[in-house]
Amino acid sequence: MPNKTFFWFFLPTGLAMILFIGLPIISTGVQSLYSKHDQIVKEVKKCDPFGCTVSIQVDQEETSKLREEKPLGKFNGFGTYIDRNHLAIDEISKFWNETDSFDEFTDQVSNLPFYKALIFTLTYCLFVTPNVLLLGFLIALSLNAVARRIRGPLIFGTILPMIVTPLVGSLVLFWMIDSQGIIGANLQNLMNDPYLSLKSSKTLTWITIIIYGIWHHSPFAFVVFYAALQTVPQEPIEAAIIDGASRFQRIRHIVLPHIYPVVTFVALISLMDNFRVFEPIIGFSAEGSAQSLSWLIYDNLVNEEVILFGSAAATSMMTIVGIAILLAPVLIRTWREFRTVR
Amino acid sequence: MEYGLDRKSNSLKTFNTVFIIIWLLIACFPFIWTFWGSFKVRADFFSRTDWWYAISAFNTLIETGGKFTIDAYSQAWIEGEFWKASRNTIIVTVFVVSISLFLGTLGAYALSRSSEKYAFWILIAALIFRAMPHITLVSGYLFPFFQLQIWGILPTTIVVLIAINQPFTLWLLYSFFKTVPKELDESALIDGCSYFQAFRHIIMPVMWPGVITAGLFSLMLAYNDFTVTALLLNQENHTMVPKIQSYLGTNQHQGNLMWAVSAVVSATAPLFMLVMFFQRQVISGLTAGAVKG
Repeated sequence: MPNKTFFWFFLPTGLAMILFIGLPIISTGVQSLYSKHDQIVKEVKKCDPFGCTVSIQVDQEETSKLREEKPLGKFNGFGTYIDRNHLAIDEISKFWNETDSFDEFTDQVSNLPFYKALIFTLTYCLFVTPNVLLLGFLIALSLNAVARRIRGPLIFGTILPMIVTPLVGSLVLFWMIDSQGIIGANLQNLMNDPYLSLKSSKTLTWITIIIYGIWHHSPFAFVVFYAALQTVPQEPIEAAIIDGASRFQRIRHIVLPHIYPVVTFVALISLMDNFRVFEPIIGFSAEGSAQSLSWLIYDNLVNEEVILFGSAAATSMMTIVGIAILLAPVLIRTWREFRTVR
Repeated sequence: MEYGLDRKSNSLKTFNTVFIIIWLLIACFPFIWTFWGSFKVRADFFSRTDWWYAISAFNTLIETGGKFTIDAYSQAWIEGEFWKASRNTIIVTVFVVSISLFLGTLGAYALSRSSEKYAFWILIAALIFRAMPHITLVSGYLFPFFQLQIWGILPTTIVVLIAINQPFTLWLLYSFFKTVPKELDESALIDGCSYFQAFRHIIMPVMWPGVITAGLFSLMLAYNDFTVTALLLNQENHTMVPKIQSYLGTNQHQGNLMWAVSAVVSATAPLFMLVMFFQRQVISGLTAGAVKG
C-alpha cells in the first residue's frame, strides 16, 4: 500500500490514539513536576485598647488569584517523586539510620503509602498470575475431555466471571463472603467465631482479593488454552500412547511444549491486567488494609478538598515505569526477532 | 481428546466430572445467588441473624406479604434514577462501538496491507498503549479537561473510550484482515479501483465476522468501564457501573444496598444474554491474537 493511502486510512485512528493516549501520558509527566501552590500569608496588625498584636493569616484573595493565574501549580521538579507519599527518600534514610534490625527497617518502610501499595500490587500479581495459568489449564484439559455436545453451555458457564466488570464481580463475591452473607455466616458457624469477618484481618482481606483475582482471570486463560488444545496434533499423542506413556507424561512432553507460546502470551496479558488491580479494592471496600498503585492514583483524584494532580501524576508515572519493566523482555525479544528477519 | 486409543479409566472420568461441576458452581453460583437475593428485602439477603432467611424469605413475607418482591428494582430504577444511568450507558455504548469500529477497520485494513517497517512499529506502539492502566491516562485527562471545561459531559467520555479502545480493536482486526486473501483486493486494484473503492466493494462485504467480534469487545469495554466513567462524568451523567458504586455509599450500612443488588442484576443480565448469543465470536476474538501468533 502506498504511503499516502496508508496515511489517509490510518489518520483517524492514529489521531485518536495520539490525542487521547499519547498526549495524556505527556500531560501526566508534566503535571507530576508541579505541585499545588502554597497559601499566601499576610501579616495582619490588630490594635485594641491593650496594644497591638501581629497575627499571620491566609490571604484568601491572593491565593485564589494565584491559583487562577497558574492553575498547574508551582514548579516542583522531582520534589513530588521523593516526598513522603511517594519514594520517601528522606524517611527511608532516616529509618535506615534509626532502626536496629533489618526486620524493623522493612516493617517501617512497608508502612509508607507508596511502598505499601507497591507490596500489595506485587503480591497480588505474584499469587494471581501463576494460579490463573494453572487453573485455566486444568479447566481447559477437563472440558476438552467431555462430550462435544454439552461443551457449549459448560463454556458459557465458565466464562461468566470474566465478562462482568471487575466492580460487579467483586461485589457479587463480597455480598456472599461478608459476615452477613451466605459464605461468611456459615464460616462463622463453622469456626465458632462470631466476630470472624473479612474486615477484621488484613491477611484475610488480601486472601479474598487474591481469590477474587483468580476467579475473575482464570476464564481468560481457559479460553486461550482451550483453543490452543484444539490445535495439538493427534499423531504424536497416539504414538506416545502406543509407547506406553502415561497421561501425565503425554501432557508434560507433548501438549505443554506445543502450547508453550500461548502460555507466555497469557502470562503476559494477565500480568499486565493484574498490575492495574483497582476495582476489587472498591468492591470489597478493602481500602483500609489493601491498597494498590492504581487505587492510590484514584484516591488522589477523588480527593474531596482539592484534587492532588501532582501526586496522582507522580504515582502514574511510576506505574508506567513498572509496566515498562514488565513489558521490557517482550519488547526486547520482538526487537531482536525483527532485526534478524531484516 | 477423544480418540480410540485413549481409554480413560472410570475413576479419571469421575474425577473429571466432579472437578467440572465444582468449578461451574464456583463460577456461576455467585450470580445465581445474587439474582435470587435481589427479589428479597435487605433483612433477608443480608441477614444478621440467620443466612437461611435469604432462602426462606422470613422478613420478605413480613414486610411485603409475598415470598418475592420487586421493590428493590422499582426503587432503584425510579427513585435511584437507574433508568437515567442505563440510558447514558446505551448512548455511550452505541457511539463508542460504532465510531471505534469505523476508525478501527480503516486503520487495521491499512496495517494489514502495508509491508513497510512503520506498520510493525505502529502495532508495537498499540501494544504498549494497550498495557497502560486506564487510571494513569485519566490522571492525564482530568486537568486539561477541567481547563477546557469539557469535563463531566458524555461526548468527552465517548471520545476517550473510543481512543482507549483503539489498540485492541486494531490488533484484533489486523489479525482478521491478515486472513482475508490479498489477491481479492489486489485484483480489484489491477482492474482500476482505488484503495478506497477496493475496501468499499471487495473488503466490506467479507469483513463482518471480524467486525462483529471486534464490536463485541468494544461493547464490553464501553459497557463495563468504571475507571473512565467514574472520574470523567459528573453525577448527572453517570453510567451504570459508577451508579452502582454510588449506591454503596461511603459506609456499607448507609448506602441503599438492595438498590445496588438489583442494579447489579439489571446491568449484568443484558450482558449475559449477549454473550450467550455471540459466545462463538467472543471466544474466537480472545484467541485470535494468541493462537495465530
